[in-house]
Amino acid sequence: MHITIYWQNLTPGASLLGGILIGLASAILVIFRGKIAGISGILGGLIDLHNSANSHRLWRGLFLIGLVGSSSVYQLFAPLPPSNISASFGTLIVAGLLVGFGTRMGSGCTSGHGICGLSRLSLRSLIATISFMFSGFVVCFLFLHVLRMG
Amino acid sequence: MKNIITFLTGLIFGLGLIISGMTNPDKVIRFLDIGGIWDPSLIFVMFGGIAVAIVGFKFVQNKSQTVFDDTIHLPRTTHLSKELVIGSMLFGAGWALAGFCPGPALVAFGAGHKKAFIFVMAMIVGMTIHDHLFKASKK
Repeated sequence: MHITIYWQNLTPGASLLGGILIGLASAILVIFRGKIAGISGILGGLIDLHNSANSHRLWRGLFLIGLVGSSSVYQLFAPLPPSNISASFGTLIVAGLLVGFGTRMGSGCTSGHGICGLSRLSLRSLIATISFMFSGFVVCFLFLHVLRMG
Repeated sequence: MKNIITFLTGLIFGLGLIISGMTNPDKVIRFLDIGGIWDPSLIFVMFGGIAVAIVGFKFVQNKSQTVFDDTIHLPRTTHLSKELVIGSMLFGAGWALAGFCPGPALVAFGAGHKKAFIFVMAMIVGMTIHDHLFKASKK
């Protein structure tokens, strides 16, 4: 298979810097609070009605307020970079359902497995990361080049 | 103090996502689209994240409590289940369709994008459906 690189749009420096901040936040969270910075787990645990204990809701809520508020804080210093969402409303709903259901079933997402799990050298997270990357590449190819729905 | 730190970790995490390019679904899709004009930049997010997080996890490896006396909760499961693989593949499918994974979707929702709001609502419904079907029966 022939792969063409999008040379003029590469952002290795910014992506590396962003990644370092994500890793820093994950390190601080586990060192100071003993918690894994896995976004699907933090959100899923907050809205899980089967978990009746309330003590865990505070840290989850505080982390998510920081996360959701990060756009506003960023804008204090610079205009936000673009967030171009090409998917239709229907596609977004299907995708959201898959992401929500799948991350709960697979116990994590890009952050919990891809960053924290791999940093812990967890075999489960390695398998999960390979699974979602593989599926992501295949579904993207099918959607854009076979079904041509992009 | 510990509550402020928890809030700040969420904030730093979100700023990292914005700077990295992860909050731009078009860029995420160009990362996953190896059949098109491929933009591999986002692999550097994983490199940078792991390089720093690995130090944090090394630090807590043999500890059971944090300085705030919180118990250190690290997943103990080591069993490789079919749920792990199937769930992750469903997640990957949704990630490729929209270009959003959970963190960036929440950040874009915070920036006021209506489409991110739709995605986040559907994601919460998906999580609830899963927990309703599979977690209730276990208890």
